[in-house]
This record gives sequence, C-alpha cells and structure tokens, in this order.
Amino acid sequence: MATEVHNLQELRRSASLATKVFIQRDYSDGTICQFQTKFPPELDSRIERQLFEETVKTLNSFYAEAEKIGGSSYLEGCLACATAYFIFLCMETHYEKVLKKISRYIQEQNEKIFAPRGLLLTDPVERGMRVIEISIYEDRCSSGSSSSGSSSGSGSSSGGGGAGGR
Amino acid sequence: MSVMVVRKKVTRKWEKLPGRNTFCCDGRVMMARQKGIFYLTLFLILGTCTLFFAFECRYLAVQLSPAIPVFAAMLFLFSMATLLRTSFSDPGVIPRALPDEAAFIEMEIEATNGAVPQGQRPPPRIKNFQINNQIVKLKYCYTCKIFRPPRASHCSICDNCVERFDHHCPWVGNCVGKRNYRYFYLFILSLSLLTIYVFAFNIVYVALKSLKIGFLETLKETPGTVLEVLICFFTLWSVVGLTGFHTFLVALNQTTNEDIKGSWTGKNRVQNPYSHGNIVKNCCEVLCGPLPPSVLDRRGILPLEESGSRPPSTQEASTSLLPQSPAPTEHLSANEMPEDSSTPEDMPPPEPPEPPQEVTDAEK
Repeated sequence: MATEVHNLQELRRSASLATKVFIQRDYSDGTICQFQTKFPPELDSRIERQLFEETVKTLNSFYAEAEKIGGSSYLEGCLACATAYFIFLCMETHYEKVLKKISRYIQEQNEKIFAPRGLLLTDPVERGMRVIEISIYEDRCSSGSSSSGSSSGSGSSSGGGGAGGR
Repeated sequence: MSVMVVRKKVTRKWEKLPGRNTFCCDGRVMMARQKGIFYLTLFLILGTCTLFFAFECRYLAVQLSPAIPVFAAMLFLFSMATLLRTSFSDPGVIPRALPDEAAFIEMEIEATNGAVPQGQRPPPRIKNFQINNQIVKLKYCYTCKIFRPPRASHCSICDNCVERFDHHCPWVGNCVGKRNYRYFYLFILSLSLLTIYVFAFNIVYVALKSLKIGFLETLKETPGTVLEVLICFFTLWSVVGLTGFHTFLVALNQTTNEDIKGSWTGKNRVQNPYSHGNIVKNCCEVLCGPLPPSVLDRRGILPLEESGSRPPSTQEASTSLLPQSPAPTEHLSANEMPEDSSTPEDMPPPEPPEPPQEVTDAEK
C-alpha cells in the first residue's frame, strides 16, 4: 500500500530518488528568462498537466517581472550609476527581491502540490537559471525500486535562494 | 590537561568551481588568472592622478579655481569604482551542468541524432530557435555540457561560458559580459573624460607657468608634467577610440563578439533581433536595465561530505583559519601563459579592436 507523503522530510526519509526531469529554457522571446511549458512525458502519471503548466507559467511571469524594462528599473539603474554603484553594497536590487519571492513560491508549491505527489522542484537559481529540475521519488516501502537515474541524491531543498554575492 | 579547540574549516563553493578564475576575499572577488596588465592599468591611473593632484592641482587651484581638483577627484573616484566593479564582479558566468543534467541532455541529443561510435568526435550540436521571427542557432558547449543561451560564448582564457559575452579584457583582468558590461562602459567613458581633463589642465598649467618663469624652467620644476602629458596623449588615442566603438555597440545593442564575427551584418545574415530599433531604448536597456545577480553562489557553503582536499589550481586565497572577514588576502600567483582550450569553442580575441588608431603601449 502506498504511503501518503505529507511533507518534504517524510518524502526524503521514505522515498528514494528514481529519476530527474529537466525543463529547459524557452528562447523564443529572446534572452529573457522563460521556461518551456511543454509537459514532460515522465510526469504523466504523477501530476496533472494543468497544475504543472500553471506552476511554470507563474514562474515565467515572476521572471518577466524581474527583468521588466521600465520606469522603475531605469530609476534604479540611474540612481546606482549616480552613486558609482556603491548603493548596491547596502541595497538589494529589484531582481534579487523577485528571486526571493520565487524561492518562497517554489517552496510553497513543493509543500502543497509536488511533495504529496512524490515530486520535488529545484529552484532554477541553484542550476544557473538553465533548467527547472524536477526530482521524481519512488516510495521505498511499496515498489522497492532503486534509483534508475543518477544517484547523486541531490533533491536539494528548494528554499535556498542560491544567488549569493556578486 | 589542555583542551584542544578544533576550528572547523568551512569549504565554500568558490573553492571547487571549475574554470580558470582566481578568487579573493573568500569568494567575494572574482577575476581572471592573469592579472599583470590589470595591475599596470591601476598603476598608470593611480600614478598619473597622484602626480596631477600633487603638482598641477596645487598651482591651478590657487591660480584658477579650487573646483579643478574637485572635479578631477570625482572623475578619478568614479573611474576607479567602475574599474574595480568591472574587474571584481562575475561577468555572467553560466555554471557547468551537473552530471544528471548533462546525461539528460546527452540522451536527448542521441535520441535526435543517433548514437556516435566510441572514439569518434560527434558532430557539433546545434539547436535551432526562432527569436522575434529570426532563426537563431544554439550551440552545445562541450566543456560546460550545456546548450549555450543566445549571445553567450565560451571564453577560452577563463574556461567559462559567459552570458552576453562581449570580450575578455586583459586591462581589467576579467571577461566583460552581461553583468559587468555597464561598469566596463562607464569605466572607459569616465577614463576618457579623466584623460582629457588631466591632459587639458596639464597644458593650461604649462602655459600659465611658462608665462611667469619660462617653458624650460616649468618642466624642470615639475618633471612629472612631461610624464603625465605623454601617458595622457597615448591613452587618449586608445581609450577614446574604444569608448566611441562601444558607444556604437551600445546604440545598436550588439556585443564586440557579434561585431567581430559579423553575426548581424551582411546581406545574407539575419538582422539583430535584440535591438529595439531605437538608439535611446537600446542605450537604456544596456546601461540602465535590470541587473541579474550572480548564479555562481561563490560564498555558499559546501556540505561536509563534499569538502575533500582542495584542488591546488582553483583558488588562491589562503583563508583556512581566518573567520569569514573581508580582509583582502591577495596571494596571487605569478602570471601564467594562457592555455588554449582543446575544445572547439568560440575563440574570442583577448582584446577588443581599437578602430581608428593603432593600439598603443600604455593606458592610463
């Protein structure tokens, strides 16, 4: 009988990493940060297509907000230039603030939607903004399947916004 | 009986980063391996400005206006700040793919192209994308094991893929890419203004003083003036030209790399899909647009099981027993010859071309 996984700690204790899926970047709108909303076949049996697409679309909208070129970003840029960029030593940029929001959103999504289905989203910032890594866990007790993918076991916590320093 | 206190050494991610960068201040500073020319740049700027403030400014502040050294100081501080920002920041390095991701991509490629027999070099891997109705090719980087985003390029000197790669500049001792291009541009702009300013006021100083004590006496009294004028003269030709070239690039939203390769010029080539078509918009985006933070996470702490012995080639600072203080520990290695990467990556030239004039030896 499959054990109901309720939170991330239980997930790691009772499940083993089966495989990972990588959602690639979508460059159709240029170099802005966007991920493909194409539903990977490996997740077919694990999560509803609509939930997955909604998560990716929300993430894309967050990144669009971070990279938005408009009045406030110009103001920030000009102010920073006027202070010879010393202001960045004490102030967080708009982009960094949005990245923190994204971290919180991913953690929330993991707790509410993905972990109960044996999945784990990794914040793209921890993968150099190249991919959204989705780790698929198999329940150890029921199927006894060993890792068929890589065994690096890096279903890392998605709470760490890994954008350190400069 | 004495009690031994064992201080645990924390291993930070910068100590394990691949690529040929040097890190200082416990990962806060990131530069290329060869820093000799950067030190020359610093020396020339600091030396010339010191001479200017020590000799000419004292005379001119009294004879003409005290605003002269004030503006000079502002220009000097701004150009030093932008130089250090350009040299010390992450240009936009794309971290290499972790083994899982690399394997996933390899599988995808093999599925598309079919397996390659052992020992044979696979053909260059290219993916086609359409951006704003133009087809853009993405190249696969064999070193970093990723498909490079558009406008990214692999720097063979630093052995990293860099986003919106412009060029590798030995004068600032770092690559110039997405994250530090604006600092680089403001540095060369402010340096041009500073050079013109110092040059002009040196001429004024010599002219004014010669009226009182004669030309030769003036030069004998402040021999530094000759040195300053020489340095400024040669710097003017190179730096002002470079500033003009980069102003042109910024107005068209192009990179040096694209300009050299002729990516967007010629009748059979696509037009630059990244340009907004409007000079002001392009300038605003390149110089005042949003600044993405570094994704390298240099100061992140590695989990204990991964922190084995340090590889000797990847880091320079010896901060093993120091707490994480920002003390500049610049134990920098002697300059090494650049090794060419053996992979068929793009090989951007180490310096940008100086368009109208020949490259001169000294830069202030």
